[in-house]
Amino acid sequence: MLEDKDRIFQNLYNDLGEDVESSRKRGDWKDTKEIILKGRDWIINEIKSSELRGRGGAGFPTGLKWSFAPKEVGSRPHYLVINADESEPGTCKDRDILRFEPHKLIEGCLIAAYTVNAHVCYIYIRGEYYNEGQKLQKAIDEAYSQKLIGKNASNTGWDLDIYIHYGAGAYICGEETALLESLEGKKGQPRLKPPFPALIGLYGCPTIINNVETIAVVPTILKRGAKWFSNLGKPKNTGTKIFCISGNVNRPCNVEEEMGIPLKELIEKHAGGVIGGWENLKAVIPGGSSMPMLPKEICETIKMDFDSLVEQKSGLGTAGIVVINKDQDIIQCMARIARFYKHESCGQCTPCREGSGWMWRMLERMAKGEASREEVDMLMDVTKQIEGHTICAFGEGSAWPVQGLLRHFKKEIVKRNNFNPLVNKDNEIPYLVDQHLLEKENAEIKS
Amino acid sequence: MLKLKVNDKDIEIEEGLTVLQACEQAGVEIPRFCYHEKLSIAGNCRMCLVEMEKSPKPIASCAMPAVDGMNIKTNTPMVEKARKGVMEFLLANHPLDCPVCDQGGECDLQDQSMYYGIDKSRFKENKRFVPEKYMGPLIKTQMTRCIHCTRCVRFATEVAGIPELGAIGRGEDMQITTYLEKAMESELSGNVIDLCPVGALTSKPYVFEARPWELKKTETIDVMDAVGSNIRVDTYGWEVKRVLPRINEEINEEWISDKTRYACDGLKSQRLDHPLKKINNEFKKISWKEAYEIIAEKIKITSSDKIAGFVGDLTNMETMFVTKEFFEKTIKSKNLEARDDNTYINTEERTNYLFNSQINGIEETDFILLVGANPRLEATMLNARIRKNYVANKTEIYSIGDVGDQTYPYKKLPAETKIIREIYENKSEISKKILDSKKPLVIIGKSALNSKSGKFIFENIKKFLIENKKITDEWNPFNILSVNASSVGSYDLNLVNNDENLTLKKLQENDFEIVFLIGQDNLKFKKKDEFVVYIGSHGDNGAEIADVILPGATYTEQDGFFTNLEGKLQKAYRASFPPGEAKEDYKILNELSELLKRKKLFQNKDEITNNLLNYLDLNKKKTQSIKFSSVDYIDEKIIINPIDYYYSNVIARASKTMSECRNIKTDIKKTGTEG
Repeated sequence: MLEDKDRIFQNLYNDLGEDVESSRKRGDWKDTKEIILKGRDWIINEIKSSELRGRGGAGFPTGLKWSFAPKEVGSRPHYLVINADESEPGTCKDRDILRFEPHKLIEGCLIAAYTVNAHVCYIYIRGEYYNEGQKLQKAIDEAYSQKLIGKNASNTGWDLDIYIHYGAGAYICGEETALLESLEGKKGQPRLKPPFPALIGLYGCPTIINNVETIAVVPTILKRGAKWFSNLGKPKNTGTKIFCISGNVNRPCNVEEEMGIPLKELIEKHAGGVIGGWENLKAVIPGGSSMPMLPKEICETIKMDFDSLVEQKSGLGTAGIVVINKDQDIIQCMARIARFYKHESCGQCTPCREGSGWMWRMLERMAKGEASREEVDMLMDVTKQIEGHTICAFGEGSAWPVQGLLRHFKKEIVKRNNFNPLVNKDNEIPYLVDQHLLEKENAEIKS
Repeated sequence: MLKLKVNDKDIEIEEGLTVLQACEQAGVEIPRFCYHEKLSIAGNCRMCLVEMEKSPKPIASCAMPAVDGMNIKTNTPMVEKARKGVMEFLLANHPLDCPVCDQGGECDLQDQSMYYGIDKSRFKENKRFVPEKYMGPLIKTQMTRCIHCTRCVRFATEVAGIPELGAIGRGEDMQITTYLEKAMESELSGNVIDLCPVGALTSKPYVFEARPWELKKTETIDVMDAVGSNIRVDTYGWEVKRVLPRINEEINEEWISDKTRYACDGLKSQRLDHPLKKINNEFKKISWKEAYEIIAEKIKITSSDKIAGFVGDLTNMETMFVTKEFFEKTIKSKNLEARDDNTYINTEERTNYLFNSQINGIEETDFILLVGANPRLEATMLNARIRKNYVANKTEIYSIGDVGDQTYPYKKLPAETKIIREIYENKSEISKKILDSKKPLVIIGKSALNSKSGKFIFENIKKFLIENKKITDEWNPFNILSVNASSVGSYDLNLVNNDENLTLKKLQENDFEIVFLIGQDNLKFKKKDEFVVYIGSHGDNGAEIADVILPGATYTEQDGFFTNLEGKLQKAYRASFPPGEAKEDYKILNELSELLKRKKLFQNKDEITNNLLNYLDLNKKKTQSIKFSSVDYIDEKIIINPIDYYYSNVIARASKTMSECRNIKTDIKKTGTEG
């Protein structure tokens, strides 16, 4: 278990105060100037050697991302964009950072903006986080009045302006290129890649987009050293992470823990255990609703880090842990998630637009036991047709959880949907009626 | 040059191409819906997925730039599965109402599902229904069929320059609409019908008229403006059912204007199909023989300088040539005129009346000055090129005179001759900009040439350009924007009276005794005692004042040459035949001449064509002569003529569709008594 001294977000539960003075007591804005004066290469190398991976879901190495920004500013300015459009169901980590640790984020913005040569930083907050946005705005105003940002920010000679932009509540705007479109005032639809935003991003200028948590941990890493950070967790899955535990647990909470902590420990120690006891556990969604769920057998031993979860064909995602116990109808749960994805698909590209609704409708019928046996395999086929064929990762995000359900709970679905309306084995099939029913798989049932 | 492999075949391609284009060069067909060469890349239909080495996922070939050393595979199981999957999704919510869909037979979705689809449907849910959207009198919508390729949206915003077509809603509920469900305010709106890969947007006037395989297709030339767009005319029996664009990168690319596309229903109404004679203000049917005899009698008793002829705006060059021969040889009169107003034209050299920079040249220019020209309404396809250049290069565009919305921003200068003098005297910022520009473009329009100072404007701008050595062998920035299909042809045939437009003046002074109107309906004059002979296709202004009407043919009913505003000679082909007793135009004067002189002017059509081409060859005008006539300066306001776009010629005026468009545009207040 992580010791208190190694926690980055000391004020995650707001018992120390979020204003700038209280934040300073916790070490924020200390040595900011010294860090920046060490130069860009030092910062990038330090972040690279800390092996910090992006906390937004994909887990892309942050240092590497920063190094993609052009070294020199050309004819077009560089931008830093902070993705605070936290919409993944089951995730609420950025929210607590925005309202309780805003100065960690703002300090991180200054360092990151300096590193990628940006003078302007936009923070894109989802519209529902209005109160959090107001708190962040208050913190930004404090930082301006204390000359921590603005012209000659923190006496470093670097100018930085931070602007908050509120989204309008579309899940897809959390996708980085859709976020840029939305920020530009257009309809939030993901862009084609390449070109990547690091070269052609906001208004066609080089843009680095990072998650709130990623940026907020940067100052502490640089202050305490990359070595300290990389000693926590496992190789390539270093540091600490805020886990959001919700669902059928006794005490839902956000908690900062070391990467690679066993899932069982996380639930038992921090969230007060599963309602009805560990034996009552059915499944856990480990990383926000777009990651495939894991059944109880795997949950016993699984460790919460990027690579361990990938081994189990799931993912850490945003570390939004949703616990589902046996009181729940797992198929109905999945149908609800599928409905969410159907509702939030941007509609730009075909597989996701048409497939997400199809999946939802099939799952609804499966939950009621109104689907035929073939449809269970067909559902898998549909998820495979969506996965990997779309412009952005939303396709995977909507297909993977369904695949997770089919992988681990297929028996349950088949049990509930065990009729086959198409073929009556005793009757002969009259000529000219649906010839394709005569195909091999159906013929076998006949015998 | 880049080297890459497509299906294990090595190919070399130019840089800057996409994978899809590379595959096409390798002879591999890639199915697609959203990709269109002339539009920006959306990459959203996902039909063009191909396998790329080292990429775990298939890639969208339309959006992926080709890179050296790529290894593309399009025939693997992975690609096949991706295509089948995408096709299944596209068809999932598509109504499959092909038997009652106008697109049936020329539908991309239909064709591609034959090759890349699966034979059975697994989608058992209810299909999506999308309410229809009103898009004006030209476009019929059936939005349930829409596959959201967004070609129409991209065309509207990029090429047509109207942002009022877009998508609302998200995911499954996304709908293409004009937001407020108004008619599209563009002269190019009909092109979205061709772009639509399915039957979501179809032609309203053509709805349920015919199936594509029943139509006879004739490739020909459009005459609605002087651009000479290349078109395909589809006929069913006698009727022209529809007009479609034909690709000509030098003129209209892939688009045509709405007038070109939809005025074709005017070919069916208001037609003159029998020779007529006016008796007591009433037209009575007569035979051709009687008609010729009446006219011949009249000619015999009239002195030749009291006979005049006026050639109209849709007349082909053969007819004009026969008219010329008829007047010069049979009647021996010089009173022949092709203009219907006082537009100043100097026909001494050919560059004086052509669009010298060429339409393709518009894309190269870096500065455009419009002088009393309204290209959006006078030459829509040419305006699309100006917009194309503007979108690509943000070219500076100035206009002398406010000519309304041109689909691109331009700076307005006051419409005064003073400005021209300032430019010529090098006192204006415009002169500096022209001199600084590498390839400037000056477009002089009808409104400028039509004013009293027309000659002044023409000569001074030309002089300014020549004196500053802006006219070179490579680039001629001096452009006249002709409006009528017959204009440049008539100048080539010298059918204009350079001396202050005497013929027209005399006509207005009622100086003639016999007036021949050869398809000429736009003359403004008060008829007194003249004997008017109208040769033309439609019962319009010309026929109304005529004493004898000889029914002729339209551009789709006869072969004929037209010279477009750049001076390109193009041939229009016969797609249909004239109605009733009507004859092809050239025959009429030829036969009249036979009656007068006992000899036909020409034996057959080939002879006319050969003589016409010979004449054009012999009369090739010098291209460069530096001769100016100095013109007195008059301080005058250049009046920008209002243009009645949808009613600009007889065919358009007879067209019901064009009337509907005009009503929407002019927003006529309804009184409730229209019926």
